[in-house]
Amino acid sequence: MMPLTILTTCFNWTAAALRLPLFPEQASANAPNVDALYFFMLAVCGGVSIAIVLLIFYFAVKYRRRTPDQLAEEAHVPVALEWAWIIIPSLFFMSFFGWGAFLYFADAKAPKDALEIACTGRQWMWKFQHPDGQREINMLHIPVGKPVKLVMVSEDVIHSMFVPAFRIHMDVIPKRYTEVWFEATKPGTYHMFCSQYCGTEHANMIGSVVALEPHEYQTWLNGAATGSLALRGEALFNKLACNGCHTGDAEARGPYLPGLYGRNVQLTTGEVIVADENYIRESILKPGVKIAAGYDNIMPGYDGQLTEEQIIELVAYIKHLGKKYEQFEPVAPPTAPAPRPAGQNPDQTLPTGNVKPSMTPGTSPPATTAPAGAVPTPPPASEGTRPKPN
Amino acid sequence: MIEENVSLPRIHYLNSHYGWKSWLFTTDHKRIGLLYMVSITLMFFLGGFFALLIRLELLTPQADMFTADTYNKFFTLHGVILIFFFLVPSIPATLGNFLIPLMIGAKDVAFPRLNLLSWYIFVIGSLFTLWVVAVGGIDTGWTFYTPYSTTFANTHVIAATLGVFFTGFSSILTGLNFIVTIHKMRAPGLTWFRLPLFIWSLYATSIIQVLATPVLGITMVLIAAERFAKVGIFDPALGGDPVLFQHMFWFYSHPAVYIMILPSLGVVSELISAFTWKRVFGYKFVAVSSLMIAIFSFIVWGHHMYVSSMSIYAGMLFSILSYLVAVPSAVKVFNWTATLYKGSVSYDTPMLYALGFIGLFTIGGLTGLFLASMGLDRHLHDTYFVIAHFHLIMVGGAVMGYFGGLHYWWPKMFGRMYPEWWGRLSALIVFVGFNLSFFPQFIIGYLGMPRRYHVYAPEFQVLNVMSTAGSSILGVGYLLPLVYFIWSLRYGKVASNPWRAKGLEWETTSPPPPENFLEQPIVTEEAYNYPTRPAQPGKQTGKLTGGLNPPASPTATATGTGREAEVV
Repeated sequence: MMPLTILTTCFNWTAAALRLPLFPEQASANAPNVDALYFFMLAVCGGVSIAIVLLIFYFAVKYRRRTPDQLAEEAHVPVALEWAWIIIPSLFFMSFFGWGAFLYFADAKAPKDALEIACTGRQWMWKFQHPDGQREINMLHIPVGKPVKLVMVSEDVIHSMFVPAFRIHMDVIPKRYTEVWFEATKPGTYHMFCSQYCGTEHANMIGSVVALEPHEYQTWLNGAATGSLALRGEALFNKLACNGCHTGDAEARGPYLPGLYGRNVQLTTGEVIVADENYIRESILKPGVKIAAGYDNIMPGYDGQLTEEQIIELVAYIKHLGKKYEQFEPVAPPTAPAPRPAGQNPDQTLPTGNVKPSMTPGTSPPATTAPAGAVPTPPPASEGTRPKPN
Repeated sequence: MIEENVSLPRIHYLNSHYGWKSWLFTTDHKRIGLLYMVSITLMFFLGGFFALLIRLELLTPQADMFTADTYNKFFTLHGVILIFFFLVPSIPATLGNFLIPLMIGAKDVAFPRLNLLSWYIFVIGSLFTLWVVAVGGIDTGWTFYTPYSTTFANTHVIAATLGVFFTGFSSILTGLNFIVTIHKMRAPGLTWFRLPLFIWSLYATSIIQVLATPVLGITMVLIAAERFAKVGIFDPALGGDPVLFQHMFWFYSHPAVYIMILPSLGVVSELISAFTWKRVFGYKFVAVSSLMIAIFSFIVWGHHMYVSSMSIYAGMLFSILSYLVAVPSAVKVFNWTATLYKGSVSYDTPMLYALGFIGLFTIGGLTGLFLASMGLDRHLHDTYFVIAHFHLIMVGGAVMGYFGGLHYWWPKMFGRMYPEWWGRLSALIVFVGFNLSFFPQFIIGYLGMPRRYHVYAPEFQVLNVMSTAGSSILGVGYLLPLVYFIWSLRYGKVASNPWRAKGLEWETTSPPPPENFLEQPIVTEEAYNYPTRPAQPGKQTGKLTGGLNPPASPTATATGTGREAEVV
């Protein structure tokens, strides 16, 4: 990746010399990879355009009409040339396609240990809910060196989450969760834009992503938390009497929820789907659409009775119930670290109160910031990427 | 080029009938072409005016000229007017209507009354839109994305969608008319592979118009229905799917981009051939590539939606198809360049427009490759990079082609020449202004400025100022032709075929008689059959043999062209 480093440096020097920004910051693990493809295509396409323009100039000058009656000369151009410039560009196009698709697929699914932050877009603000219950508006604090997954939904129209420094972009759609993830590599404050036109104040639906060193992030986290998302979700779950049917018994009227998230579920139609956030959400709001095999369509729908934030809490609770069959037990209160059930992600229950900010076990050590232009190793692609059911 | 001793024909289509009725109830394709020209010119300058207002607002990072709502209405009207009421009808409805029968040796199009009807429908659609402009505008963006357009917008969405709906019919009827005309009305001897490339590209365009436009019509009706009857097709609050709208919309609007650019590609093929006096290199490849583009254009709509929550596998398919549609476009560029080789290149105004077109179309097409790549589009989607890319194609491509064609066929339409020096100046100004307008936008886009922002981060300002400066230069370049074309109608030098170009349309008088040809032309040779001289290493010039000079009168038989005018 040496050429890329040189190119990036050249770009930055040019920008400094011209006092013009030419190039956004590279602040995520994925940014150098995107830029590498960009520079490769810039080199190829720029070369081709310059070649064509020079050739046209050369021909237009060399073969200009010198006398009013000058005819064209007989020219014999082999037809093989025609096939050459059909096939060779096609090969280049396929290389662009392959590289671009590879980049996209490598990052299509967030790593399993990603920190999940819920994001709600509305006209015209961004709202974030951290797993420990911290809420922010138009600001997003994240740790450097740790994959962060945003699970996003809109309350009104389509928005789009765009952080140029991270080279990420994902539409935020009403009544449907979309995901995007990134791993910040440099502490700093970065632009966050809404890039899908959403009405009057579209241009002001902007915010900042604040990437902090892990210990600073920890300090920030120890601010006002009001109970973790899953805990609030549990309270809501009990308040809405969901636990009346989803008791976890074999004879229960509702399906068994622990371990549901990420599992294959067979429906009454015989179809098998993955229980992702969107399925859980739909089952809360419109339970009759996709009924798990072996159960009756008796659950009332909660469409219109819950706010987006409440739905996020419920989904967080159901996801928290683990990915394996295990004892159905309430979420530990946030005053003590929760015992981690086997095979479950360390969830973000962090001690609150006067605890010195320290690395809690299970979080990755702080990554040293890579020098500009260096390419961090890409995260391992998780297996089993499946298309999201649309 | 100067022609000696040319005089206007005594009777031609402009003076054969008089009075406003003879225009409003005409079925002559040439007059209908002019009616279209007047209407879309009005729309062009209206949309361009909005563009200048947008660029003025973007001079500074703050909102200091217009409120957010006003700005949103401006960019929406700019898009709606220029796309649906200028770019889509531009070349087909004006040059196409005027030239298709002339180029294929027919008296008129297949359905002359339908042709007039399509203009009336276009006018009705335009009036709807002008009414929207007058009563307060629409602020959804030309893409009308749901659920904003169906539920949240408080502007005149229904009227605007109805306007677009009506105009769609005009587009369908025009396409239908052209397909039948090209199939059934060709002169004897004019086989498919003797057709001018302009006809090929219009044929491909017409296919897209007939097959894709109905989908737009349906989509617009559904938006209107959703707004007043709460049908629940797109709005998730009513059980609809907002992304479904994007699929339906782009199913028309991506092919629509090719409706805008394909005719231009045809015009440029004509221009390159006429101003090098040489047959277009690889004629069959260029002809078939138009059809290929038309076919592929239908299956790439999803590349607008990589980050819209569409399945990544679907995205991959659309990505690879988008690269395939780039191949025939590239072929055309290479073939035009090869046509210049050993040609006799003149620098008349239309040729300058054509060469400028090739440059802009190349850059526009290549930047499209960036956006077709999924990994890069995740960064570039909905930024100014996209804006710059599609303006290069639609404005740098479609408008340059349209202007080049207008200059080339102006003497054919009116029998008079525009001032050559001013023409070359306008071509130059448009080219320079265009590049200055849109090149900085690529950089702004990669930096991350989203589209449709009227306030932006201060670090984008320098490039935005450049862009605004370029747009004012571009505005001057567009106003110049308006002035000198009008001037030329009365004072221009009389001309018949100043380029000494070949093609059936030049076999008749300029302006043509109402029935186009006094006798049925019979074609006995390939298209662009210019005489050549043997290949020479030196700088000797061959003398022009007979055949390039147009016949002095339509009754005279052209010698040496191989086209025998026979009384049928």
